Amino acid sequence: MRVLAAMSGGVDSAVAAARAVELGHEVIGVHLALSRMPGTLRTGSRGCCTIEDSMDAQRAANKLGIPFYVWDFSERFKLDVVDDFIAEYQAGRTPNPCMRCNERIKFAALLERGLSLGFDAVCTGHYASIVDDGAGNLELHRSLAMAKDQSYVLGVLNAKQLEHSMFPLGATASKDLIRQEARDRGLSVANKPDSYDICFIPEGDTRDWLKDFVPTDPGKIVDTEGNELGEHDGHVGFTIGQRKGLRIGKPAADGKPRYVLEIRPKTKEVVVGPEAALEIAELSGARYTWCGKAPEAPEQEFACEVQVRAHGDTVKALAAVVDGELRITLVEPLYGVATGQTAVVYLGTRVLGQMTIDSTRSKVTSGV
Amino acid sequence: MSVFLDHASTTALRKTAKTALNDALEMLGNPSSVHSQGRTTRELLEASRDALAQACGANRSEIIFNSGGTEGDNHAIKGIYWKQNQQDPTRRVIITSPTEHHAVLDPVSWLAANQGAEVHYVKLLRNGMLDFDDLERLIDQHSSQIALISLMWVNNETGVITDIPRVTELASKHSIPVHSDAVAAFGHVPINFAESGLTAMSLSGHKVGAPIGVGALVVARSAKPASLVHGGGQERSLRSGTMNYSMAASFAAAAGEAVAELGKEMTRVASLRQKLEQAVAQIVPDVIFTSADAERASYNSHMILPGTQSDALLFLLDQQGVCVSAGSACQAGVLGPSHVLIGMGYTQQEASACIRVTLGSTTDQSDIEAFTAALAKIYPVALQATPA
Repeated sequence: MRVLAAMSGGVDSAVAAARAVELGHEVIGVHLALSRMPGTLRTGSRGCCTIEDSMDAQRAANKLGIPFYVWDFSERFKLDVVDDFIAEYQAGRTPNPCMRCNERIKFAALLERGLSLGFDAVCTGHYASIVDDGAGNLELHRSLAMAKDQSYVLGVLNAKQLEHSMFPLGATASKDLIRQEARDRGLSVANKPDSYDICFIPEGDTRDWLKDFVPTDPGKIVDTEGNELGEHDGHVGFTIGQRKGLRIGKPAADGKPRYVLEIRPKTKEVVVGPEAALEIAELSGARYTWCGKAPEAPEQEFACEVQVRAHGDTVKALAAVVDGELRITLVEPLYGVATGQTAVVYLGTRVLGQMTIDSTRSKVTSGV
Repeated sequence: MSVFLDHASTTALRKTAKTALNDALEMLGNPSSVHSQGRTTRELLEASRDALAQACGANRSEIIFNSGGTEGDNHAIKGIYWKQNQQDPTRRVIITSPTEHHAVLDPVSWLAANQGAEVHYVKLLRNGMLDFDDLERLIDQHSSQIALISLMWVNNETGVITDIPRVTELASKHSIPVHSDAVAAFGHVPINFAESGLTAMSLSGHKVGAPIGVGALVVARSAKPASLVHGGGQERSLRSGTMNYSMAASFAAAAGEAVAELGKEMTRVASLRQKLEQAVAQIVPDVIFTSADAERASYNSHMILPGTQSDALLFLLDQQGVCVSAGSACQAGVLGPSHVLIGMGYTQQEASACIRVTLGSTTDQSDIEAFTAALAKIYPVALQATPA
């Protein structure tokens, strides 16, 4: 196969590319320039698309003896990921930009470009596995290294995208093994620190970063009964379940901490309440996709597990498509889920599908 | 074996340059030392200065050896601006063009951002040639406030030749110093510093078959631009630092040979380029040779392939073993639209669909054939490639 290895400049994608080469594929390394200012140097804990990352990726490609190119996806990235991220926060939701990037850039724009240039697959360093179900259908599964599992952020992939994807790290038991392999292969990125945070927010402070794009728009912090508890200088950047930075002077009657329960962009209100009120009973959303083969009868309720954060716990649930929406009834509790987050539905280790959460129903119905 | 048609980016090391370098590397002695060893290397340095001066029509004392074109451009622009400004603080205007190399554009913008310079860009015609009416208008308008005019002799992307003596003649009315980035011109078109009327001219070694890392700023005897590098006072006190006689010798050897062969070589590559462009037009019926009707250097063919993207073309050609280039890439390796084509009035889309094919001393008919065969193969794919 002709394989396009997306190389971020990190250790995972470098080892993934190395394994693709070893499998006998014709591999070409591509670094995606995603920043509007690709010439910038790293500032915080990470920064995709910096000079260092691009050079690290190139050095790795040279070591593997594969051609290497930098492709500019900065405009697409700005439109599809960064602008979407800002708009979602403005609408009072909490988006997952990594997921958007996989959905619209890596396995869409890059894959389409690769296919049109004669490639068969995109290879990345994600920790996830693609498995054939025996009947010719491809399924996405969790990686063997559960601590690093990234199947959640790949939940957006559809059957066609799975056909053209390659995740060579899925069967490796731990990241330490990947680092060891990188050292053995003489890759200079073997000891490069893990990246975390959002790549376009190098300092890691989302709320602070958003200030540059969203004007200050003061509003009230209220409890569930509408009593005013304090003020905020803009609802954008608050997230459901948030406890810190609320700046409420008056303590709660029971002396316990209060959490953000709801963000109301229209009235600029941020609603806070006790932890118990964060418990969610049901999630639903109209924007859902199946990862690989769709269930035979999705309108009939079926048992599954659901995960709502990249590294969150998985809880038992019942799911069904009702009136064009995927509705997930939780059997085990989840706390502090924001609209805009993605719920990924699992059947054991298999990713069955995902949805962007449009609404949540609290377990606690009356104001507490 | 790859087909190298990117000689404007850097070209093959000439044997004579390699020999000169190797011989010089066997020597020992700082050219500034007073002892016999120092005198030996000094003699080599000065003989190299003579040879280079002869090759570009300058006086030997006008040759200031340096590290290459970017240094020369920075030195000339900042050095002349500072000097002019010191003598007459009202001289703050710099005139240049939007299609200059970044080694000119960036120091000029830096002077504007940090030192109060006022920059005016001369308009260009659609074919890349300078709009002399506009230049004359700008000179008349700003006259004695102009500190410096900097206009390149040959454009590094399109190969368009600017009539430098005509520029200096217009500038002379108001005693305006003129600098020219002659990096893409030297060794490729006839140039003569003495006849040009220039105050300063930047040259680079690796564009004529010397190694990367050596160049010269030719500075008229009458001019004394401020120095960027202070120290031991070498090179007329314009560029301090131990003099790199080995590289100077190599540069002089390459330049001498390039200029000696120039007439014959221009005819040879012009004929190859004609064949190349005819073949490309067969494959890409709507191809635009951006400066075909302008006076341009014979080793350069710059083309827009409508409906394609430069980075896809470069990628696909590279896959076929063919090395060409497009606009300039940033440090991280991202290819942007050609600022030269934008400056000539083309759209962003057109400026992102170009490639530059440049011929050199090692290019022959087989390279042209290999290029056209590769282009025929990849052009349909490039047309279909999804834009990034």
